Amino acid sequence: MSEIRSELKYMPSHEWARLEEDGTVTIGISDHAQDALGDVVFVETPEVGTELAAGDEAGVVESVKAASDIYAPVSGEVIAVNESLEDAPESVNESPYDEGWMFRVKPSDTGELDKMLDADAYREEAEE
Amino acid sequence: MGNRTPLYDAHVAMGGKMVDFGGWDMPLHYGSQMEEHNKVRTAAGMFDVSHMTVVDIDGDGARDFLRYLLANDVARLDGKPGKALYTGMLNEKGGVIDDLIVYLVDPGYRMVVNCATRDRDLAWMEQQAESFEVSLSERPQLAMVAIQGPEALDRVKEVLGVDWIAAIDDLKPFQSVARGDWFVGRTGYTGEDGVEIMLPGEDADGFWRALADAGVAPCGLGARDTLRLEAGLNLYGHEMDEDTSPLVANMGWTVAWQPEERDFIGRGPIAEEKAAGVKQKLVGLVLEERGVLRADQPVVVDGADERGIITSGTFSPTLGHSIALARVPVTVGDTARVEMRKKLVPVKVVKPCFVRNGKSVV
Repeated sequence: MSEIRSELKYMPSHEWARLEEDGTVTIGISDHAQDALGDVVFVETPEVGTELAAGDEAGVVESVKAASDIYAPVSGEVIAVNESLEDAPESVNESPYDEGWMFRVKPSDTGELDKMLDADAYREEAEE
Repeated sequence: MGNRTPLYDAHVAMGGKMVDFGGWDMPLHYGSQMEEHNKVRTAAGMFDVSHMTVVDIDGDGARDFLRYLLANDVARLDGKPGKALYTGMLNEKGGVIDDLIVYLVDPGYRMVVNCATRDRDLAWMEQQAESFEVSLSERPQLAMVAIQGPEALDRVKEVLGVDWIAAIDDLKPFQSVARGDWFVGRTGYTGEDGVEIMLPGEDADGFWRALADAGVAPCGLGARDTLRLEAGLNLYGHEMDEDTSPLVANMGWTVAWQPEERDFIGRGPIAEEKAAGVKQKLVGLVLEERGVLRADQPVVVDGADERGIITSGTFSPTLGHSIALARVPVTVGDTARVEMRKKLVPVKVVKPCFVRNGKSVV
């Protein structure tokens, strides 16, 4: 059974988002998604400074098995990316909610987070 | 629920992630496909290949039948008991119905064919066998385990014990030895040394667990695919199918043109193709930048109107970047471009073999 953290918000396309104390939003992919993809070998993150709208393609996760787009769950400016994934893409498999985070945005509308799935709704979605 | 091999319970107990594969519940990996891959390149790994189809061919007409049925010539096995031959089985147009290994055994011959093509293969063989004195018997009660890697033979000897040590030490590549229902062939699908062992289904679980205790890593279908791709070995349905001639699938070396009077199914069309000049060939592609080449991506070759196509692509754990097999116009040079994710990305063109015995050959 994959781990679904109750404090996070989710997209049906398997991204998670976490509102940090400083008001920024961190984004990655769920444990369920990394398990389905298998060994991750490349992660393409957006460039710092990119303005994303909710639902935009923000990056790509490539595993041995398949390529999967990452979508922005909320609108805003990309203020940081996880550069350690370049040398250690396996962090996405080993620690999808912590070391395997992908990018961080300064959200233009935190209300967009409320439109995302909570843990229970995502669990139903992921189990389908 | 799909078909289960005699090793199903062992896979589940060892943490195998089970998936459907051609109607069989098979392990994709037991945690990490990459670790399994690396274990085979550096030590020893084992694969359950019991889903493959084993057919024994016997009768006075067996040799003549196989000389007609197969593009390679089983006469090459004459006087070499236990020897194996890799070959295509072609249709009347010269397309590949399946690729397979045939062994000379006592009595007759033993063939190992793909699981995905089983029904088609058996129907075709039965149909062609009508005009020969030959009996075909499938051996579904046999399990099959492939043990591969530089330490594979040592681990197998350790588990099989003293009675088998001399027999395995004497085993040359593409040679097999049988004892009762146990059959050990020095063959594989990884580019490493190793054996493929057929054994009674009821012995399989104990054998598998003993190999695991001896340090052989259980490996799933995921690692099997990346290993065979690094080794440049074809996968039926990807590199070839009923609409692909062996000559464009890097299987020309498996076609026995001599003696000229031997009539085998598909000979006419592929002989014409050869005389007219083969238009495409199978090559290897290497992508040194980030990204992963995938099957069905188009390949653009300078100076050719026709595009090629990637037949299999993956990330190569041994090389640390992506590799692919592709069918392209024969005029291809040392480089080409692949259309991936809406961009044209340059790739190196190499012979279709990337890794042998743990080392890069590109």
